[in-house]
Amino acid sequence: MFTIRCPYCGERDQSEFSNGGEAHVARPKDPEQISDREWSEYVFIRANPKGIYYERWVHTHGCKKWFNAVRNTSTDEILKVYKMGEAPPPLKEFKNTIKTPSGEPDVGSGNFSVKKP
Amino acid sequence: MWRNPEPRKFYDVIIVGGGGHGLGTAYYLAKEHGLKNIAVIEKGWLGGGNTGRNTTIIRSNYLWDESAHLYEHSLKLWENLSSELNYNIMFSQRGVLNLAHNEHDVKEIRRRVSANKLNGIDSEWVDPHQIKKLVPIMNTENCRYPVLGASYQPRAGVARHDAVAWGYAMRADELGVDIIQNCEVKKIRTAKGKVQGVETSKGFIRSNRVGVVASGHTSVLAASAGIKLPLQSKALQALVSEPIKPVINTVVMSNAVHAYVSQSDKGELVIGAGTDGYNSYTQRGGYNIIEDTIRAIVELYPIFGKMKMLRQWGGIVDITPDASPILSKCEVEGLYFNCGWGTGGFKATPGSANVFAHTIAKNKAHKINAPFSVDRFVSGRLVDEHGAAAVAH
Repeated sequence: MFTIRCPYCGERDQSEFSNGGEAHVARPKDPEQISDREWSEYVFIRANPKGIYYERWVHTHGCKKWFNAVRNTSTDEILKVYKMGEAPPPLKEFKNTIKTPSGEPDVGSGNFSVKKP
Repeated sequence: MWRNPEPRKFYDVIIVGGGGHGLGTAYYLAKEHGLKNIAVIEKGWLGGGNTGRNTTIIRSNYLWDESAHLYEHSLKLWENLSSELNYNIMFSQRGVLNLAHNEHDVKEIRRRVSANKLNGIDSEWVDPHQIKKLVPIMNTENCRYPVLGASYQPRAGVARHDAVAWGYAMRADELGVDIIQNCEVKKIRTAKGKVQGVETSKGFIRSNRVGVVASGHTSVLAASAGIKLPLQSKALQALVSEPIKPVINTVVMSNAVHAYVSQSDKGELVIGAGTDGYNSYTQRGGYNIIEDTIRAIVELYPIFGKMKMLRQWGGIVDITPDASPILSKCEVEGLYFNCGWGTGGFKATPGSANVFAHTIAKNKAHKINAPFSVDRFVSGRLVDEHGAAAVAH
């Protein structure tokens, strides 16, 4: 539950948008040459980090245009929105708010079974 | 209940994740495979993840032979689990209806009923008249998507989810399993293609065999060992109403309008919503998703229109491309994954734990979980259960 700033329409409710999964996944240039395992990686494997993540969104109930975003999946904060074709911002620009790979952030987690230090 | 030991330096097997599947795995490793030196490591408290967050539905009416065998193995274990664990898990075989709302649903569900029958699973097609007899409060005609029929599995039902974790924990503890809570696994350490142990918030613990049963967080742990799995983690929500007198004595699920409901022994309606359409680890979920579900529930059961909802929560589910789980070895020797249960893992708890324990003990898949190897995404031999998995992915 959050809002997204569409680069064309401005800030709207997330329910107006559809998510397109990981961004910047390149289709292999020579599919006939690669192994089944490499093809499987392209078809089935997508990044699934807890933390900073490049992803695609489309403003389904608006301008219907696609764009990219950088989001923190542990808090659902959208850190940056940029248009298709623009270079992805380096992940170093953003601060990951979780201290361990599967830890919980101070704000934004609904997991109350984990004791906060 | 169970001890709270400090971790030892070395275990024969470490299970990461103290939910039903993980605790069950430790229990069957100790009971059926004679292993004594086992630890279950849990980041929070036992059953505080998806074991305590699901809508407790148990059924085995899946389409393909592979899944039918896995879920039916589980259902058979459920039928005896209270006496096996000497602990009342309140397994109630009140039946499950899976509703059809359009021609495609009717064809798909009738096909699944036939497939179930061929696999010896008690599944039958019921028409709207029979549905009305089972669930008199359902509005089958005067709605946007009328109810055209359903599959009915009488042996299906619900169980008390916390009790499953506690039952397995108590019996595993008696068999010598160390249950270590409030201990986060930060990294799976590997060397030369073999697992070395796990780095935790209580220090490094050595082991030659590590089973990861961490549901939504499996990708994160796999990545720490350099392994990529075809999983996407999303929030799945559920909610419960204020308690009322008994009005619905079976479980009703609808894929098409996305609403499923049962009534708990306390009288609360237990309602399951869908997944959010984006990856997240926040364990909350969006309100637009529960709004959709509540809208469908109120249309199907106008009698619930004025009820108040008491609680809403989210759990992080790990979804595979074919909506079937992964119970598998991987390219790192001694590292095993039990994941990808997506939106429907609770029903499989005993069966999954049982065959996963076999996989770890023998270093070889049980014949039931052999088709659920991670290699199926390379060979292309997928087990596509998007139809039988009641939550649209």
